[in-house]
Parts: sequence; structure tokens; C-alpha cells
Amino acid sequence: MSAPSMPAEAQPESFAFTEANLERARALIAKYPAGRQASAVIPLLDLAQRQHDNWLPRAAMDTVADMLSMPRIRVYEVASFYTMFNRAPVGKHLVQVCTNTPCWLRGSDAVVSSCRRKLGIDFGETTADGQFTLVEVECLGACVNAPMIQVNDDTYEDLDGPRTEALLDALARGERPASGSTTGRSGACPAGGPTTLTASAERAGIALPSAGSADILPADDR
Amino acid sequence: MLRDEDRIFTNLYGFESFGLEAARARGDWDGTRDLISKGRDWIINEMKESGLRGRGGAGFGTGLKWSFMPKQTGARPHYLVVNADEGEPGTCKDRDILRFDPHKLVEGCLIASFAIGANACYIYIRGEFYNEAVHLQQAIDEAYAAGLIGPNAAGSGWDFELYLHRGAGAYICGEETALIESLEGKKGQPRNKPPFPAQAGLYSQPTTVNNVESIAVVPTILRRGAAWFAGLGRPKNTGTKVFCISGHVERPCNVEEEMGIPLRELIEKHAGGVRGGWDNLLAVIPGGASVPVLPKSVCDTVLMDFDSLRAVQSGLGTAAVIVMDKSTDIVAAIARLSRFYMHESCGQCTPCREGTGWLSRVMERMVRGQAAVDEIDMLDQVTRQIEGHTICALGDAAAWPVQGLIRHFRPELERRIRARHEGATPTGGRQGAPLAAE
Repeated sequence: MSAPSMPAEAQPESFAFTEANLERARALIAKYPAGRQASAVIPLLDLAQRQHDNWLPRAAMDTVADMLSMPRIRVYEVASFYTMFNRAPVGKHLVQVCTNTPCWLRGSDAVVSSCRRKLGIDFGETTADGQFTLVEVECLGACVNAPMIQVNDDTYEDLDGPRTEALLDALARGERPASGSTTGRSGACPAGGPTTLTASAERAGIALPSAGSADILPADDR
Repeated sequence: MLRDEDRIFTNLYGFESFGLEAARARGDWDGTRDLISKGRDWIINEMKESGLRGRGGAGFGTGLKWSFMPKQTGARPHYLVVNADEGEPGTCKDRDILRFDPHKLVEGCLIASFAIGANACYIYIRGEFYNEAVHLQQAIDEAYAAGLIGPNAAGSGWDFELYLHRGAGAYICGEETALIESLEGKKGQPRNKPPFPAQAGLYSQPTTVNNVESIAVVPTILRRGAAWFAGLGRPKNTGTKVFCISGHVERPCNVEEEMGIPLRELIEKHAGGVRGGWDNLLAVIPGGASVPVLPKSVCDTVLMDFDSLRAVQSGLGTAAVIVMDKSTDIVAAIARLSRFYMHESCGQCTPCREGTGWLSRVMERMVRGQAAVDEIDMLDQVTRQIEGHTICALGDAAAWPVQGLIRHFRPELERRIRARHEGATPTGGRQGAPLAAE
């Protein structure tokens, strides 16, 4: 369910890694034993995609295949199997909305609505100015901070409709808001303060839930 | 409740730095060389004695798994591969180890690799965890710079190389042989077993694949002793576990607790309780998307461990607790999981490739009640044609949520079908079956 699932019709003639990326590519290949350079195919495709405006033209796949002495078809297979490889152009901001059950239970429908309304596009589409592509994705592993979206490498969590719109506004202004919870909680700590690791929280100046906090139900100590 | 002194992941919420200095202050890398000097047999035996069962979902004994590796390292190199391809819906525990406590994992990789005779380890992290990978790589670089890994790692005499490998988006790569295929540069399609990875895994060499949490707890278990870990929880279900509590609770959170904690206590003590109170609970999926849902009547008393949840026809899985209150459209909630498995089937085995799509399409109709009552039995039968008939467990994972729904919420499925027949289709009659594959 990544962006457009078909390869782009308009393809560049050629692709070449920059000098700096060639250096990175060599370091990536060196992670694997001699003769096992095919292991670097995903890292190299990722590198190529980052260099090429977040999408992988066929020429880049061919370049990677040649570098790794792999049949080109093997590289095409990999590029089409993994959802993070975009084989057609995407917007500057690839907005990936999780709608899987844990996000849906916490209100991903409102996040989807806000994205559609704010961007004026549906899943799989890109805004006319090339700024945003909207896609629906499967679980991105931040379920306790649901609902969430990922924009390129950053996640934005604990969202609701208005915070989603504020985020999209900030991105449209060219800002890059800090990745993580949009309500300010630390990681997957319970909102309002931790029930465990309290000494560490106090050292860090994190407020603990007050003793009178009414909605913590008493349960007997085990 | 578990005491803070008995918690392993003391930076679970990222209150402190993830870096080496702070990690050392939390006790990581303390006496690593001495642990290694006790030898492979001692380490594997301690792990067996601790009772640690794999934290990735299957719950296989970690020490036992390590003991399957060849005793002597000959011409064939051994590998440890760490599965950081976390993507089971509901699950976000490994992520917090990777970004907030990565040195626990790095140290665990060294000790585990030594124990299985591996001089190299690959950590396969899901591609979407970019920022988490940055933290982990920084921890790896720090460990190299401090001589904790690399040649003569931590002064132990053991040479150890640790590599981070980023995936690119495929749930199936969390299956250990699919992960190995992916790491070799191929599509992530599971391999037939045998041979098991301990005989022929990465590059056809002896390989052990372990979950992040399983490896990250190793150093603490060895430092504090197997007896300490085994003294927590219940027999055969020992130790602590990071639980992920999501869905309709007041304060969704991750928390490390003792194995065997009652589900209700877990939710009420740490997540602020079910939204609207315990009596507003409809159902819980206790171990990530693949395990069968449990109705409130079971949730009232069930304990959170492998054997207790198996006894109620569900499973601990990854200990991802997805809570649903009475406002939930339970059929839609499960149908969404069916769509997930359809999307994530690798396409290799026919029962899964075709079956997950079929399940998803029929479940979409069940949401609307656009079916015949006897199709519920057909749906259940089809899940059993998928379950156990595929190379890997994704087929089972797709089957179980639907089976759980039918087992506990059949009246709701029937109610919808009747309501639709009485309302929208005045002629009534059977209209479902021919639509099954629409």
C-alpha cells in the first residue's frame, strides 16, 4: 500500500550515484561477506531513492544491479516487493496514514479526514504542487501512541483531527516538526506520568501522577 | 506489582540518555568480560534455567534454541540475527528498546553471539524505524569506539562484529526465514523447514534468529542470575515482559511487568483502566493482531502469560494488548486485521495468498451483514483450510482472529445478517454465497 503501485511511465535515461553516495554504497557493501554483496541490495536501493527525490527509477535499479553483479530482474523483484520503494514520483512529503485496528480504535478516521480535507487529495494521489502524496499504510509500530502518521522518516503520534491539520500546515510552511508524540508525552509513557520507574522520572523532572488522580483505579498489590 | 528494582528496561520511556555513559550508569556493560569468561555452556545453561521464552511471539525457549547450534565452530561461520522487524499490529515494544535502551541490545548481541559461537551478528530493523536505527547505530559506534565490540570485544578475547541492516517495508520479514531471505538480498518469502536456521540459515550457515527483547534481557539475566528471573512470574512463564496497551484505555502505554499479571490489573494499574470503566469493556486482543480476541468474561480473570492465554484459546504473542470498549464495531475491527493479512501475504503459498483475500472480502461483507447465516460456518471452515497449510505462520495468523470472532461473537454476526435481510432486502432469501469471491 505504498504510493502508486505501478512504475512511472516517464523514466529518466540514466542514474548515477554521487561521489559521496558511492562512498556510502561501498561502506554498505562492506558489511557483508565477500561474494554476498547481494545483501546490500535493499540498502543501496534506499540510498538511490534518497538521492532521487524519494522515488526509484528503473535506471537506478539497473545501476544497483550492476554494482552488485545481480541479474536486473532480481533487483526489480526486490524493488516491487517492499512497500518503502516508490517506483513512481511522490510528493516532497510522503504522508503515510496508519489505519490498522489499533490506530482506528483511537481515531484514525479523523486523521484520514483531516488529511483529505487539508490536502484535497485521496489515497495514492499527489497534490498539484508536488508537495504532498497521501498513502494508507499498515502498522508502523507506534500503536500505544495511536493514531499516527509517518512523513518521510519522521513519525507524528497521538494525533487527532486538529493536530493533523496543524502538522500539515507546518510542513506546507517548510517546517520540520519534531518527530514523536504531538501531545508532548515521552515515548510510550502513560499520559500524565509514569506508574513505574518513578525514581528515574523524578531525576528527569517528569511529573508523576498525583496520588489523588481519580481515574487510577485501586487494584490490590500482588 | 513488579518492583522498580526488578525492572530490566529502566529507560523504557526515554527519561535518560540512550548513550553509553548513561547506559553504563544504568548497569549495562558491567562485567561483560566476566560473564563471557564463564563459557558457552554456563551461559546457555543459565538461559535455560531462567526459563526465558522468546519474546517475539512464538515463546520458544531461548536457551534451548541456542543449544541447537553446532557445538564446535568449524569452517562454517555461525551467525546471530536479531529480529527488529517489529510490525505486528498493536506491538511497539522493541521500538522503545531500540531508541531508548540500545546498549542493552548491543551487549546482549555480544553475549548471545559468543554463546552460539558467532563472530558476527546482523540486526535486521524494519525500514520505517529510521530514527530508531539512528539511535541504535550510534550505540553500536560507541561500543566499537570503547572496545566493547570488535576485536577482543570487551577484553573477552572474543572477536565480534555487529552490523545494522535496515529493511524496506514487509511484515512477512518478521518471520525468521523470510528475514534471512531478505537479509540475503531477496524478496522476503519464508523457507521450508527443515533445514532449520541452526543448521542452514543466513548464507546457508548455522544461524540463530532472536527477537530484540529476548536478546536485550540476556545481560541482566546473567548478571542477576537465572534464579532471579525464574523467580518472577509463574512456572514455565517466568520473568518480566514489556506489555503494549493500546486502544480504548484512558492512558495507552508500554510497561514492563511481571509475567502472569492479571489482564485487568495490567490495564487498570498502568493504563488508567478501560475508557468508561471495566464494565464498559467489550473485548481484548491480548497478544497482537494474530491472536484470537477474548470477550470481557474471559478478560475478567485471565492471566497474561503464554500458558494462561493458550488455555483460553488465545495467546500471549508479543504481549500487545488491544483493548476495545463497548462502542467498538468488533466485526469491523477484525475485518481490518483480515485486510492487513491480505496485504501482507507474501504470495508464496496458495492457501494464504488466495485465502487471506477471500477472508478479507467475506469479512467486509460480514461487517455489513451482507451474507447468509450458514456462511459463518463456511468462513470458519475456510480459516481451517488455511491454518497449518502454509510454509509459515502468516496463514495461521490470518485465520485466528476470524476464528476468535466467530467463537465469541457469533450472535453479533448473525444479528447483522438478520438485520440486513429484514431491512434492506425485503425479499430476504439467500444472497451471500455466490458473492463469496466477489
